[in-house]
Amino acid sequence: MSAPSIDIRYVAKLARIALTPDEIATYGAQLDNLLSHVAALERLPTGEVPPTAQVIPASNAERDDVVRPSLSREAVLAEAPNRQGPYFRVPRIIAISDDGLRARHDEER
Amino acid sequence: MLGQTAASIAAAVRSRKRSAVEVASETLTRAHQLDGKVGAYLTITDELALAQARHVDERIASGEILPLAGVPLAVKDNMCLAGTRTTCGSRILEQWTAPYTATAVQRALDAGAVAVGKTNCDEFAMGSSCENSALGVTRNPWDLARVPGGSSGGSVAAVAADIATLGLGSDTGGSIREPAAFCGVVGFKPTYGRVSRYGLVAFASSLDQIGPIAKTVNDASLLYAAIGGKDPLDATSVERPLEALPSRWREDLHGIRVGIVREFPLDVLEPELRTVYEAAYADLERLGAELVDVSLPTADYGVATYYLIAPAECSSNLARFDGVRYGLRVDEPNVGSMYEATRAAGFGPEVKRRILIGTHALSSGYYDAYYVRAQKARTLIARDFARAFESCDVIACPAASCVAFRFNAKSDPYSMYLMDYYTIPMSLAGLPSLSLPCGYVASDGAALPVGLELTTPLFTETRLLDVARAYERATFHAERRSPALTASEAAVSA
Repeated sequence: MSAPSIDIRYVAKLARIALTPDEIATYGAQLDNLLSHVAALERLPTGEVPPTAQVIPASNAERDDVVRPSLSREAVLAEAPNRQGPYFRVPRIIAISDDGLRARHDEER
Repeated sequence: MLGQTAASIAAAVRSRKRSAVEVASETLTRAHQLDGKVGAYLTITDELALAQARHVDERIASGEILPLAGVPLAVKDNMCLAGTRTTCGSRILEQWTAPYTATAVQRALDAGAVAVGKTNCDEFAMGSSCENSALGVTRNPWDLARVPGGSSGGSVAAVAADIATLGLGSDTGGSIREPAAFCGVVGFKPTYGRVSRYGLVAFASSLDQIGPIAKTVNDASLLYAAIGGKDPLDATSVERPLEALPSRWREDLHGIRVGIVREFPLDVLEPELRTVYEAAYADLERLGAELVDVSLPTADYGVATYYLIAPAECSSNLARFDGVRYGLRVDEPNVGSMYEATRAAGFGPEVKRRILIGTHALSSGYYDAYYVRAQKARTLIARDFARAFESCDVIACPAASCVAFRFNAKSDPYSMYLMDYYTIPMSLAGLPSLSLPCGYVASDGAALPVGLELTTPLFTETRLLDVARAYERATFHAERRSPALTASEAAVSA
């Protein structure tokens, strides 16, 4: 974890956030600063210590597999930014080309 | 109802000396008069509050006994209340109306509370001053030129200004306790898992906990008793039943060993603040407590640990805001660019920073070095507390390293993160922890509240509340009221 630095462009791509050049510069510097502080954790003897994901002992919680009341489809769709009938509407994901269907997602890359 | 506790309002409404509708109308009027200055609320729910109040009066008339009958409640705007906007202080949810109600909110309403409105907070509860809200400015009722603290700044300011009698906040690394200290009220984070998170918009799921904000410890305990306990809708809420609150509160602290943390020396604080805490520790001793030296050697690593774990969880939780099913969408021809443009427009700088650092910490090649190492540090911090509690019953320490500061005083994100230095270790260990007023310091002509943080072992909320109440009763710090409040009272009575 030494030599802290963060590849902001790459991380922003993973996080699906478009950043302006100013944001890249500002957040890059701020997050490098944060990483230099968290590097202090290297000094802790954590080798054999088990990691804690959750402080309260818990095992899988199960419920009876029965149908229960839930929100109506209309209530759920009421907050959709764009809908078509009973569906959430999104930009086209599948493209049609000579060699068949392919995810437009892949084209973007 | 001005200046009254939740306990006294509920007693008056139960005995039908006051109606819940009268209390609600009075509170709503006052909220509309005063909130232009304080800015505690993002939404004041007039119609809903009056409807709830009428319902409370009907229930009282039919013989129901309601512990929070007619008590005005401020709800942090990261908790769902069906039919109201639930914004999390974010542009991405600015227009989102909750289709259901959070369990904690519903339980408070079932106990007779009346929701006055939804309160401002740092965006998605990420911040320590409320300045990260995209939707409004909340001011500290003790000095309107200063921040109320955060992230639950709106709920805390509402209680401090008496435009709500109780507040619901959420605390991930100090978001109830730090603002409570800044605004001179009681802020209580129960043990992780005590209060259901169902309907709380998730920030860092292994840390998030809903808790009460109140003028007195007794009021906080009433709200806690109403909202706590297992909820089948939150798999991480614990089965363990709530302990009964004391039938007789203790009068003093004889037999209580109060741990004073060696690694939190008071001489690093400003002299005025140090004097207040020295007096507070002396008061604990005067009440009969035995002060014992305890050590939390890993606590100093709390902030570093937290700022890996919380952002990692946040980067995962906030992935759901993609412009597809709810919230803001920025239209773009491709799905990928729609996600990126939506999140760029919808999230503010602090949320973006935390998503970025969390994504980095979880990304391939860094996961073990950052995230797993932080989880191991978390184990060490929890072990420190377990060891400390072998020799004490309660730990006392400052709730914050300073009093409420002026707007824009912390331009560097890391300096803001240090605001939670004294609250983060307890959150990482999941412990019940509470801040209550322990004195005041003069600053530029204003008296500013100081908060004492008390912490006890897992699931010992009753002990924590009992000790806090004994201290509160003996010191009267909680009875002092904010200038915004007294000025408004003068205006109302004039």
